[in-house]
Amino acid sequence: MNINATLLGELIAFVVFVIFCMKFVWPPIIAAIEARQAIIADGLAASDRAAKDLELAQEKATAQLKEAKVQAASIVDAAKKLEAKIVEETAGKAQVEKERILASGHAEIETERNRVKEELRAQVAVLAVAGAEKILERSIDAAAHSDILDKLVAEL
Amino acid sequence: MSAAELTSQEYIKHHLTNLTVGEGFWTWHLDTLGWSVFLGFIFLYIFHSVAKKATTGVPGKLQSAVELVVEFVDDSVKSTFHGSNPLIAPLALTVFVWVLLMNAMDWVPVDILPWLIATVGGVEMSDVYMKPVPTADPNMTFALAIGVFILTVYYSIKVKGLGGFMKELYTQPFNHWTMYPINFVLEMVTLLARPLSLALRLFGNLYAGELIFLLIATIGLFQLPVHFLWAAFHLLIIPLQAFIFMMLTIVYLSLAHEDH
Repeated sequence: MNINATLLGELIAFVVFVIFCMKFVWPPIIAAIEARQAIIADGLAASDRAAKDLELAQEKATAQLKEAKVQAASIVDAAKKLEAKIVEETAGKAQVEKERILASGHAEIETERNRVKEELRAQVAVLAVAGAEKILERSIDAAAHSDILDKLVAEL
Repeated sequence: MSAAELTSQEYIKHHLTNLTVGEGFWTWHLDTLGWSVFLGFIFLYIFHSVAKKATTGVPGKLQSAVELVVEFVDDSVKSTFHGSNPLIAPLALTVFVWVLLMNAMDWVPVDILPWLIATVGGVEMSDVYMKPVPTADPNMTFALAIGVFILTVYYSIKVKGLGGFMKELYTQPFNHWTMYPINFVLEMVTLLARPLSLALRLFGNLYAGELIFLLIATIGLFQLPVHFLWAAFHLLIIPLQAFIFMMLTIVYLSLAHEDH
């Protein structure tokens, strides 16, 4: 154990090293470390927030999907109802039209038949008269039937 | 047998002799001074080169390694010292890395440096004195401990005032006026035991380690596996002693900041 001037030299070296470390080594390194820690903390917080946002968005999307499904179902329902209504209405209209057409057809046929009947009747009368004339022409023997004719003439 | 013993004694004594200049108190241990300053420069050069280029983005490998040490020291300081003092953390870093590097000189095989100097300088190995572990020199460890002690007293007076510091010395642990002299003796022992134990612990561990290396070096052929075992054991001793020295430095300085 020989303590000597070396101790003073080492003490000076120690002081110089500590001062140098305090001025030029420690502050920049610890500043860089702390700045990076802040950056990492921010990044982690941001990723947390993003994860939360994603969760919210997913929930929202699910809700919207559900709503959309309900809406779609109601739209399909309404469409079905409308379709049934349209079919029903159309069927009713068609029935009415059919009856109208049938009725007008019947009426026309009736008119035609009446007209033909009328015509036939007129012609039958003419034919009857013509027939009668023919018959009469042949059977009338002026001599034999002169008495009848005479009576007729007498009656006129 | 006695001749061989004498030889190994001489061998060990030779290896435990410093390279000196000067006389009496004004003797300088050139090996201790040279190696410690050289290692201090290595520490400051590496850390300063990182500090100049320190980026907050993705750090390089060297920066990561340096930041690992800095964060380790910073955590140790923050877990013990709760005030704000811009000196303590850089002081702890300097103490830790410097002592670690100086302790690590223990791993340099005991005969390599003298052999190199003898070969390069063309002198006899018996004329070469080289003790490359600065912390195995009490001058080194006492310089560190006294530096810490001065800071402890300085901050005690700065924080508590000269009166407060003196009052602590004689009102503890028995706060009664009749006990003041006894308190003063006890507190002075406490105060002075700190730098003494700080210096002697580090010195004792490294000096003993060095001594065992030298003893192993004298046992002949089987020294290689034994050297390996002892060096592997120093994987524990070297960082542990550096860590203890740093921790106690922090503890003593944080005690200086505490009011009782």
